[in-house]
Amino acid sequence: MDRRTFLKGLVGGVVVTWPGLLVPRSLRAGELPIGAVESAVRAALSGKKPLIKRTYRPPNFETPVRAFSGVITPNDQFFVRWHLAHIPQVAAETWRLEVGGDSVEHPFELTLDQLKRDFEPVELFAVCQCAGNRRGFSEPHVPGVQWGAGAMGNARWKGARLKDVLARAGLKSDALEIVFDGADYGAIDETPDFVKSLPLWKALDENTLVAYEMNGEALPHWNGFPVRLVVPGWSGTYWVKQLTSISAMPKPETGFWMSRAYRIPKDKFPHIERFLSQEGEDNTPITDMVVNSLMTNIEEGQRLHAGKPVTVKGLAWDGGHGIRTVEVSVNGGRTWRDAQLEQDYGRFSFRAWHHTFTPRRGGKSVLMARATNRQGSTQVYELIFNPAGYHNNVVQRINMVVA
Amino acid sequence: MKMLNTLLPALVAVFSTSAFAGEAQIELKEGAGRDTVMANCVMCHSIDYIQMNSLFMKRTDWQATVDKMVNVMGAPISQDDISVILDYLTTYYGVE
Repeated sequence: MDRRTFLKGLVGGVVVTWPGLLVPRSLRAGELPIGAVESAVRAALSGKKPLIKRTYRPPNFETPVRAFSGVITPNDQFFVRWHLAHIPQVAAETWRLEVGGDSVEHPFELTLDQLKRDFEPVELFAVCQCAGNRRGFSEPHVPGVQWGAGAMGNARWKGARLKDVLARAGLKSDALEIVFDGADYGAIDETPDFVKSLPLWKALDENTLVAYEMNGEALPHWNGFPVRLVVPGWSGTYWVKQLTSISAMPKPETGFWMSRAYRIPKDKFPHIERFLSQEGEDNTPITDMVVNSLMTNIEEGQRLHAGKPVTVKGLAWDGGHGIRTVEVSVNGGRTWRDAQLEQDYGRFSFRAWHHTFTPRRGGKSVLMARATNRQGSTQVYELIFNPAGYHNNVVQRINMVVA
Repeated sequence: MKMLNTLLPALVAVFSTSAFAGEAQIELKEGAGRDTVMANCVMCHSIDYIQMNSLFMKRTDWQATVDKMVNVMGAPISQDDISVILDYLTTYYGVE
């Protein structure tokens, strides 16, 4: 029986290894739909290193796990995700940002130089993770981009505070949502433009940025040059790229990408932040990210030497509460040890961690990692299924071969 | 941002030679209806979207996807073509 057949046999979701302990399935490439595995190739977009191509047009490219060896994801390996096929090359000199909407007193326009010069620059580390990261591991599978674990990245972003930009326009007291549009557009006019909104409170958060730098450089074209929104803690869907307009509005945004896409069942994720003006009967927009972790240096089936110490390394992140602990199990969840957390780059950043252990011959050699945030939320053992495959923070399992 | 697009075939040609050159390498499985799929779907997106979303969708799932493309994304696909496309997707990229 080859591995793929074996994995198909696990489709029920859990495997009982000993009485009373349910061991969840692991995060492994073999669990992606077979068509997603076969259609993925390594391919390089202009200015990027080869990434995992999920789709060419619109371009959706995933970061390979080995690129997560550091706490910063390099710009040339940062994942790429677009909804619409036309992504114009925007020139810094001709780019303009319109700031307006029915709920501002004085609409105005900004050049890139003005954005950099007229507002206090702020720098912060923040994770940008696609809402659908790990969708490909959903069981049952759900339609959409079949991402593995690499539709995410962490960068040091620099930009103006959105609240400072809005303050210059003068917000009226009836402002309810701030609406964002970018330069991208669909192949036909009928396709809904990619327009997103934030509740006023999140837009006015001092960490929400109109960003023009990523890791000390201009943003790569594929990550939104010249300017994108940075919404620390919240899912990547709000981080509008090639930003061209910001509008304060007194009513909820009703376009497809808010009213119907990027929604989760209302009561399945009780700890996440609410977006009241967009809540529906049964569903609500995805908002902040759930706590999660990824082991980055040990591969499925990796051979280890009995008695020789090994250090497992990884990353942990959440929606902005910050990471409290990461625990590691080397015996399939029977016992857990605290991993060593590395330098703290702020509550919105990846937190690197490591744990050294000595593999022993015999017994279950299944490596697991579980992060807990400062709110006390932790990762789940079984997927909280939802039709769009969001918020997958199932504890990862890696089978090791000890010899 | 909205723009008028009047030269769709030209745009498809541009994509196949520019940033997304790899798209030209993609081949869907041989079978009845493949040309209809190609003629309608590549207008807006590369066809690796079809390969990637297999093999786990039933006819009703593909129906929901095609309906979304027509009713939400505005794809101008005729009723006749829709049934040919559905037959093809279910047969070659679906499960029952």
